[in-house]
Amino acid sequence: MKTLIAMLAMTAALAGGDERKSGAHFMGASTQAMQRDDTQNPAMLWVGDGAALWTATAGQGKSCAGCHGDATVSMKGVAARYPSFDTHSKRVINLGQRIAQCRQTRQDAPPWKPESRELLALESYVALQSRGMPVAPPGGPEVGLAAARGKAVYFQRMGQLNLSCAQCHDEHWGKRLAGSTIPQGHASAYPIYRLEWQDMGSLQRRLRNCMSGVRAELPPYGAQELVDLEAYLAARAKGMAMESPGVRP
Amino acid sequence: MARALVTVPATAKRGEIIEIRALIGHAMETGYRPGPDGKILARDIIRSFSCRYNGEQVFAAELHPAISANPYIAFFTVAAESGTLEFKWEGDNGFTQTETARIAVT
Amino acid sequence: MNHLRPDPRRRRLVLAGTALAFTGSALATPEQMAAAIKAFTGGATPAPGKVTLEVAQLVDNGNAVPVTVRVTSPMSAGDHVTAIAIFNERNPQTDVVKFTLGPRAGKAEVSTRIRMATSQKLIAVARMSDGSFWSGSADVIVTLAACIEGEG
Repeated sequence: MKTLIAMLAMTAALAGGDERKSGAHFMGASTQAMQRDDTQNPAMLWVGDGAALWTATAGQGKSCAGCHGDATVSMKGVAARYPSFDTHSKRVINLGQRIAQCRQTRQDAPPWKPESRELLALESYVALQSRGMPVAPPGGPEVGLAAARGKAVYFQRMGQLNLSCAQCHDEHWGKRLAGSTIPQGHASAYPIYRLEWQDMGSLQRRLRNCMSGVRAELPPYGAQELVDLEAYLAARAKGMAMESPGVRP
Repeated sequence: MARALVTVPATAKRGEIIEIRALIGHAMETGYRPGPDGKILARDIIRSFSCRYNGEQVFAAELHPAISANPYIAFFTVAAESGTLEFKWEGDNGFTQTETARIAVT
Repeated sequence: MNHLRPDPRRRRLVLAGTALAFTGSALATPEQMAAAIKAFTGGATPAPGKVTLEVAQLVDNGNAVPVTVRVTSPMSAGDHVTAIAIFNERNPQTDVVKFTLGPRAGKAEVSTRIRMATSQKLIAVARMSDGSFWSGSADVIVTLAACIEGEG
């Protein structure tokens, strides 16, 4: 009997008390339906724009398709592997920064601002190609260091409210903050259509909202601190299914 | 031109009741929201939506600012005959957009 | 804020706060909603029934609340729904949307997403081909989002 109990306990442990739940788990049924159904997900409007931009020529007459061909093939799994180390700029960058960089350096086209409609449209279209695949942060020392720095930020108390990410999202997920249920904060659905914004946005926009929520100073878009945090969140969500482009309250 | 996403079945049986979904990108600025400078942003919304089935209106909607941004409307119609469904949105500041879809009814 | 136990005094304070968010413009009232419904029905009082307003009791975000209205009707040439209108009682305007249907609809069911400024009642009114009006309602709780944009 004791052996049986021990075996059951071991099986349960191996089955992985993976307690990780997507942000979608904490949404109402109608918001989940909004994300699940491509015919009613507002983010698909941006995906449509992104698909058009993918084949549109820019700058010196090159399009994304000119180098990358059919995105449904060449971009499969790509979004799942960001943030990653960029040998060109020698920094760890996120997907939006990679797209912006390609546009400037390969297409010779004027840059798109962070959170601009075009950049989000392309990011949504590329990220869609990883939907359903596991979050797979790349290996390598630079990404590892970025994730370690990001982890320190995640556990650091900040702002006038003096709260760390961990305090809400590790210790109090599932409980309520005002009228909203606190999710675990896994960044597996980005870019998202956030109902609060009535708009599409990147993970960095959402992180800055969190920081605004604890009355902390907001790092500018593209700040290394934000990218490091993204790298940590990717490591933390490793293996979870990508849902991009997601819908969130 | 705003991005629109209309979902219509490509084929249907005669007499079948089909669902149509129409989603269009539009901020639906209510006229009550302050902009970054604190001044109220002028109202700018889609005011009407209609669906014509081979020229005959089968559904219409009159929208007010309380309709969410990127308006989504789902409705039903009877698949009467093969032909063209035409969707039209009209609104403030001369906004007008038309999308079409074909349906084969057997 | 506990929206489940309406305290008239607190509700006025809540409304005042929300009104400030709308920089001074007045919010609608239940009386205005009743007037808007009368305008739609030409003075008749809709009979409760036949109309189901499907909406979450506690919404994720007041900016985009999915609603579905279903009306029991044969949708035949002789007996069908000709219009469905949705009204609210606490947004700046009471009208939300008015749908025009006919016998070609097949089914009297429409879905959309609406904005709700605060917790309030929604009423859907259906006009039938015989000139009668029917209504259904739902009470919805709307809370402010945590962690919003702020400045910068």
